[in-house]
Amino acid sequence: MLLKRIIPCLDVKNGRVVKGKSFVSLADAGDPVALGRRYYEEGADELVFLDITATNEKRKTMVALASAVAEQVFVPFTVGGGIASFRDAAAVLDAGADKIALNTAAVENPALIGKIAAVYGSQAVMVAIDAKRNGQGRWDVWINAGTTNTGKDAVAWTREAQAAGAGEILLTSIDSDGSNAGYDLELTKEVAEAVSIPVIASGGAGGASDIADAFLKGKADAALLAGILHYGKTTIPKLKRELAKKEIPVRMA
Amino acid sequence: MTGDETMAVRIAIVDYGAGNIGSVSRALSYLGAEPFLAKAPGDLEKADAIVLPGVGSFSCAENLSGMKKELLLQMQKKPFLGICLGMQLLFEASEEAEGKGLCIYPGRIGRLECKKVPHVGWNTIEACGAYGKRRAVSGSFASQNAAEGYGKIAGGAGRKSRLLAGVWDEAFYFCHSYAVKECEDATAKTAVDGKAFVSAIERGSMCAVQFHSEKSGRAGLQVLKNFISMVRK
Repeated sequence: MLLKRIIPCLDVKNGRVVKGKSFVSLADAGDPVALGRRYYEEGADELVFLDITATNEKRKTMVALASAVAEQVFVPFTVGGGIASFRDAAAVLDAGADKIALNTAAVENPALIGKIAAVYGSQAVMVAIDAKRNGQGRWDVWINAGTTNTGKDAVAWTREAQAAGAGEILLTSIDSDGSNAGYDLELTKEVAEAVSIPVIASGGAGGASDIADAFLKGKADAALLAGILHYGKTTIPKLKRELAKKEIPVRMA
Repeated sequence: MTGDETMAVRIAIVDYGAGNIGSVSRALSYLGAEPFLAKAPGDLEKADAIVLPGVGSFSCAENLSGMKKELLLQMQKKPFLGICLGMQLLFEASEEAEGKGLCIYPGRIGRLECKKVPHVGWNTIEACGAYGKRRAVSGSFASQNAAEGYGKIAGGAGRKSRLLAGVWDEAFYFCHSYAVKECEDATAKTAVDGKAFVSAIERGSMCAVQFHSEKSGRAGLQVLKNFISMVRK
């Protein structure tokens, strides 16, 4: 049977992990490759690296990261954070990433999704959506790292992204992100039921019961985790044991 | 996991324009083997074993036509592993696209019948044939698999598989829209939404898996290690 995925997310800036205090035992806790490998060894089902470097050297740092991770990590991994063109995507995928995540660029140029999917396959194209409640019971899509409201309806945009060739949706609730108070389950469920491609819930996980809710109530296929792992609140094996107790099918590595 | 005992095993990765070649190559190197890209029929002769990888469409079968004759010949002489599309290419044809496969097995590859296609993510395996029934009483996923209502897939005695030795209770990473429905040499099956398909095939040292062993963590690496060790037998 198809298992639910646990996916740690690492924010990387200038080659360093931005949040990452949990593995003080690592020789270099700020090294994204070492941290990624550690999560892989602990049983991460996939990894996501978001490169938030804002320099002209960005493509180079993303490519270097992808090729270093590919040498050591034998589960699928995604690189995202400012991929703006086919050239950016191709460079990262050719370097060994299994998937790229498109956010702002996908909204501004939806044809880019299909262009990458046509060459690398839909499974290689994840569309990341940052959604925020708009006070009218719906969610708007925000871009440019959550600073610009597009006024687009998040659920409608998810359908559009699927039609354009996206193979997976990474759905982040801006309202819940960083709260540790649980995922936005209403949003997750609406989006997951609107499309036939897998949806990764993101933003707000505080513990195993939040993750279980994302799967059972939110109908998500996978859960993205950042803070609760990076700050040592819990570990992947511990979370998976707790999820298994709740009869959520997960992979024990 | 050390690769000491697998040193110097030369593995030809057939390069026919389907993606995924880098991942397979890196995993085999990590295990201490020496992978190289085989672009021409003559390259296969030099190898101790052959891997036919594949992310892509069945239409890539056409690109394989120049190597087909030599590939079929070499497959009888040395261990062979087809991965994902590389497994589907052992058959005649596919609903996905025009093109003729290697025709080792009869039949046509069909589209998956589950709710969400492509089938992406980690899934479990269950042994085919008589050994599988006895197996079903134990194993961490056995009860969940039973609840899913596996279809009957006849096949070889799955538990005797050399390729899958030690990994029956593990999960593997799948990413595909089409699958093999039946095969006389099936060793393992996998189900989504209660619909089963063949996830591994083995006849002598000719093997194939629908999952991406190169992306399936330690369990996947173990499968590749089992494959490499066939060279020495």
